[in-house]
Amino acid sequence: MGIIDNINKLFDHRIRLGIMSILVVNEDADFNRLKELLDVTDGNLASHIKALEQAEYILVEKSFVGRKPNTNYIATKLGKAEFKKHIDALEKLIQKPKT
Amino acid sequence: MSNQDYLKDISEIKNLMNRSSRFISLSGLSGIFAGVYAIIGAAIAYIYLFPKPGEFLTLHSWNFKLLLALLASVAILSVVTAYLLTTQKAKKNNEKIWDATTRRLLINFLIPLITGGIYIIIKLNSQHYGLTASLMLIFYGLALVNASKYTIGNVKYLGYAEITIGLICAALPGYGLWFWLLGFGLFHIIYGSIMYIKERKS
Repeated sequence: MGIIDNINKLFDHRIRLGIMSILVVNEDADFNRLKELLDVTDGNLASHIKALEQAEYILVEKSFVGRKPNTNYIATKLGKAEFKKHIDALEKLIQKPKT
Repeated sequence: MSNQDYLKDISEIKNLMNRSSRFISLSGLSGIFAGVYAIIGAAIAYIYLFPKPGEFLTLHSWNFKLLLALLASVAILSVVTAYLLTTQKAKKNNEKIWDATTRRLLINFLIPLITGGIYIIIKLNSQHYGLTASLMLIFYGLALVNASKYTIGNVKYLGYAEITIGLICAALPGYGLWFWLLGFGLFHIIYGSIMYIKERKS
């Protein structure tokens, strides 16, 4: 017990997990960079970003590069902490011998 | 989810972290080459250009200009070699060489390096060339440590090593060439070889 509690439902999806993985090791990343790394469609990525944003795991920063709008994503402290908990839980689950 | 799924998750996380934040393509061979160029350069400088005992190196002499040209050729050759070997390796691994990670790596590497370069030139202009080797080692080391956040592997240890011998070099005036040889020659070859062996294994 206890271990399962730390498995975060929000990270139970490849793309959301991917977004967080990228943002914890980078200061920030923009939409296209995430798209390129995760190999997903715009709509798909946007919906997963929304979910993480609503949980306040990531921050969205909109700006302009020249005339082009540019959106940057940054992991929040909460997001990083939750991600770490999730990884630790995953590790423990794997290490635990099957009963 | 089964253990298999969790394992897949973890390897996916690792893969994404590496691909997004680390410039994985830097080739170990380029380190070895840089070290060899540095040693050849230092040997030429020692045999042909350095002042004999009792002589002085003056700033406007031919020897001094040749020394600077030699230094520039070593640097340019090293950069060109690193660029060629790295693009080749990136192509083989199907990686893009010019992306956000590379850009960050370069910017962070160049900030201390250019600062140091300008500082050394200013000092040279006011006849203070005694510490040039030491300053080159220290600023190069700082550049490596600063850039290491964006690369995989152990570049930061190479950086620490360069800073350390740069400081020792500053404390022992007169042995600049030897420390320079150690830092830019030997350390590069050792580091490059370690990286190369690791690349071969993986």
